[in-house]
Amino acid sequence: MGDFAQKWDRFLKYFIEYGGYKRVQEGLKNTLIIAVLGLLFGILIGTLIAAVRVMPKYKRLPRILNGFCSFYVGFFRGTPMVVQLLLFYYVLLPIIGVKISSVQVSVLVFSLNSGAYISEMMRAGIQSVDPGQMEAGRAVGLSFGATMTMIVIPQAIKNILPTLGNEFIALIKETSVVSFVGASDLYVAFNYIGSNSYEFMVPYIVMAMIYIVMVVIITILIKLTEHYFAKSDRRK
Amino acid sequence: MSDTKAVNTTEEDIILKVEGLKKDFDDKHVLNGIDLTVKRGDIICVIGPSGSGKSTFLRCLNCMEDPTAGHIMFDGEDLADMSVDINVHRQNMGMVFQHFNLFNNKTVVQNIMLAPVHTGKKAFRKLKEKSGYKSVAEIKEKAQKEAMELLKRIGLEEKADVYPSTLSGGQKQRVAIVRALAMKPKVILFDEPTSALDPEMVGEVLDLMRDVAKEGMTMIIVTHEMGFAREVANRVLFIDEGKILESGEPAEFFGNPRNARLKDFLSKVL
Repeated sequence: MGDFAQKWDRFLKYFIEYGGYKRVQEGLKNTLIIAVLGLLFGILIGTLIAAVRVMPKYKRLPRILNGFCSFYVGFFRGTPMVVQLLLFYYVLLPIIGVKISSVQVSVLVFSLNSGAYISEMMRAGIQSVDPGQMEAGRAVGLSFGATMTMIVIPQAIKNILPTLGNEFIALIKETSVVSFVGASDLYVAFNYIGSNSYEFMVPYIVMAMIYIVMVVIITILIKLTEHYFAKSDRRK
Repeated sequence: MSDTKAVNTTEEDIILKVEGLKKDFDDKHVLNGIDLTVKRGDIICVIGPSGSGKSTFLRCLNCMEDPTAGHIMFDGEDLADMSVDINVHRQNMGMVFQHFNLFNNKTVVQNIMLAPVHTGKKAFRKLKEKSGYKSVAEIKEKAQKEAMELLKRIGLEEKADVYPSTLSGGQKQRVAIVRALAMKPKVILFDEPTSALDPEMVGEVLDLMRDVAKEGMTMIIVTHEMGFAREVANRVLFIDEGKILESGEPAEFFGNPRNARLKDFLSKVL
């Protein structure tokens, strides 16, 4: 164990004295920004797509939208996140001439990617809500959209909260691929400390611990949210 | 089948006129041409064996199911025409469901206020002061006040802020009925309102419906409660295989049925 203590000291030296913690801070910030924004925009995109997919299809516009949504979901579920990042950063954005930072690209790709997955969760969630809820909304004269937003989607979100939590956890961990486009996340920060100190064992263990702590905190947050949403189930 | 008192009816009294209504589900013909004239204040009970199309008929009236053919004249427009803005007409045509369908994510009072507030806001955004409201807050206040009055009427004002999951079946259905009343509709459609209730709760729901009927509300009720139909309705229809086979005033309808299938049906249920 003497060996480990030595390595620990070396890590602390590089972490604190040589300013490694600043990179870790930066990395943690980017990781959270990408995962949280990815989740929020993903829920937004996913909900819109899911609503399009459950729309009545006897008019032309819903059919066209539905076709577009199938293509979108197919692409983002059919390719790895790394490939999507590379395609956006090195191919798509240069072609259309948009210059944005690698963190911004990551937020964009994470949103689009999680949107595709969340749309399928949300569709299952919407379909798990009793059709009578939609009928009752329509029967008092609310439109499809109004009933969806006020009645069906809130209940659908409640039903899919556990899976949504899963998606968030997956997103947090998947941020470790953003270094492919040069964004500095947790992995980049600890890798930097490792390569400077020529000692990788401790940095990687600490990195793993930080991921675990984040996931535990998220799990608790999900539990609390579930509890909050369950208020309409409770009997007084 | 034409209206029994059609001779005395003026045009203004007619609130709903159904002509040649047909509904197919794929190649299954559920409704095979239904004609019906409903006047203001009519209480029409629809009875028939299960699978006869009586619920489908009711659901076609407010286009919960789109009719395959025929006309539904309401407020001077044909609801069977797909280009009509059905949402506007549904505000004038309430519906009460077998399974109550209260909004699970809203409290009891929110359930009642939701549609009035939403339509009020919509009118306010469009017309501003001309809508008769000064602000969105005023719309909410008014809707809340009316909702509380309705709850008081059914003796559930202390349940205003609980969620529907805490109510009994009878309470849920009574809330569902006042939710429909909150929109001040011209007609209310009832789709087997007591069929999902425990027997001891049927009475309270029928009492409320009786009460609503006395106020002159026009009601079309699909039901299995023959006693209620005989007592409250001014016309009873018997539907089987997607057609109205007999229609008449309750005394004549139940006392002296002519159609063989109706006789058979009544002998089983009475």
